[in-house]
Amino acid sequence: MRGFEFEQADDVQQAINRHGSSDALIAGGTTLLDLVKLDVMQPEKVVDVSRLPLKRIETLEDGRLKVGALVSNTELAKHEIVMRDYPVLSEALLSGASTGLRNMASTGGNVMQRTRCPYFRDPAMPCNKREPGTGCSAIEGINRNHAVLGTSEHCIATHPSDMCVGMVAAGATVVVEGSQGVREIPFEEYHLLPGETPEQEHDLLAGELITHVILDPPRGGGQSYLKLRDRASYEFALASCAAIVNLEGDRISEARVAMGGVATKPWRATAAEEALKGQPATRETFERAAEAVMQDAVAYSHNGYKITLGKQAIVRALRDATAAARA
Amino acid sequence: MVSIQYSSPASPVGHADPGTAAPARTAGQTAAGSAAAPGRQRITLKVNGTEHTLDVEPNVILLDALREILGLHGTKKGCDHGQCGACTVHINGRSMNSCLLLAVMQQNVEITTIEGLAQSAGFEQGQHPVQQAFLEHDAYQCGYCTAGQMMTAAAVINEGNVEGDDVSLREAMSGNICRCGAYKNILEAVQSARARMTGEG
Repeated sequence: MRGFEFEQADDVQQAINRHGSSDALIAGGTTLLDLVKLDVMQPEKVVDVSRLPLKRIETLEDGRLKVGALVSNTELAKHEIVMRDYPVLSEALLSGASTGLRNMASTGGNVMQRTRCPYFRDPAMPCNKREPGTGCSAIEGINRNHAVLGTSEHCIATHPSDMCVGMVAAGATVVVEGSQGVREIPFEEYHLLPGETPEQEHDLLAGELITHVILDPPRGGGQSYLKLRDRASYEFALASCAAIVNLEGDRISEARVAMGGVATKPWRATAAEEALKGQPATRETFERAAEAVMQDAVAYSHNGYKITLGKQAIVRALRDATAAARA
Repeated sequence: MVSIQYSSPASPVGHADPGTAAPARTAGQTAAGSAAAPGRQRITLKVNGTEHTLDVEPNVILLDALREILGLHGTKKGCDHGQCGACTVHINGRSMNSCLLLAVMQQNVEITTIEGLAQSAGFEQGQHPVQQAFLEHDAYQCGYCTAGQMMTAAAVINEGNVEGDDVSLREAMSGNICRCGAYKNILEAVQSARARMTGEG
């Protein structure tokens, strides 16, 4: 592995001051060290932020839940408030990675997780995300695992996180801090579509770091996270769906639907939500919602199945969330 | 408290590509009072109850420090990318992939490797119940993944926040890959150890 300088930050201000544009922050290290070993990331300096005082989970007066960026994926998934009020997030977290990796990975680090596109991970291959302007190897290559929503002619890599999909469904805000002060960014606006600039993955300015993720007040209702993949555990999603369903009698008063594995960023399926609102909670309604999401999908040579699989994930997650709402 | 001082090998572990450089196994004592060489950092790692003082470059991975500097070869390097679990150790009792941890970030924590597992659980002589169960159930074939399997199993059982049914345990253990496919006996061993450690049948 290539060498780098190393500094430890004791507080947020030090972390802001000490990292420049060619440096990297390290918390859990599960993404960074993997990618430095592959020579995909080449930081001149690594700044250790693992000791910053960002490890608390607290309920705010307005009912939101403020999660420190250094809360581990295990702690967040197993926290009693998260299990009770945000079960879709707990399920999403526990469906990701493995026991050991969840013990290491942080909330902020999971938000910053990089794609698993094999061409991005291989420095010998052209990749617009890793080296802008070199081209996308996936569009004409083996793209079975790639996205069908939110793609561009420059990049079709999926966003790999399960946690982020749960957060999009639950509703959340990313809190970042930099030399200009604190900014709050709606979770759905934090990750960017690849468009012309797939190397720009999120709305984070140079020198800024994530300090917290604040979850919206609990939405109640029934919640479900369904993840479909090549093996039953320890594998990234081919298609996943986070669903929250609120019922009034047999009708859906409100629904939140988010998807993973099929899109270039954690995907809020607003088309599904609109198709569900006010409708009877039946399979026909769920299927119409799924169709609405996937009508804009674009398939490449090997991933057309994801349009079908994605629809099935939506229907099944809505079915499970509705059953939970009735329970 | 035993305290031992080392300096990292002249050919830095962190720069060696796997398989290209001969592992430097001779670790010299650091001269007391001298500063770490330029580019290196003096750190103290507490491994299996013993404090070791090492001079390492910042990119040295904990797994490599354990194996190549401290000579603790029980922890195995499989994929080196957090995809197989062979390198699992305990950091303050929690299972973690040592191939994705920087050594310089593991100061002021309790590091436990397979060599110290029994001792860490109070079994000064003999084996940890998980080790005993793996023996009794023949829960390995080639044995390469075994240390990692046992470290994850011991932590999962100790933490007690995973249900005891087969499905839940398989899910909790899914980060430890066995290429021989000895999962059936591994699961039996973990169930047997869990029963012994929790008192549940």
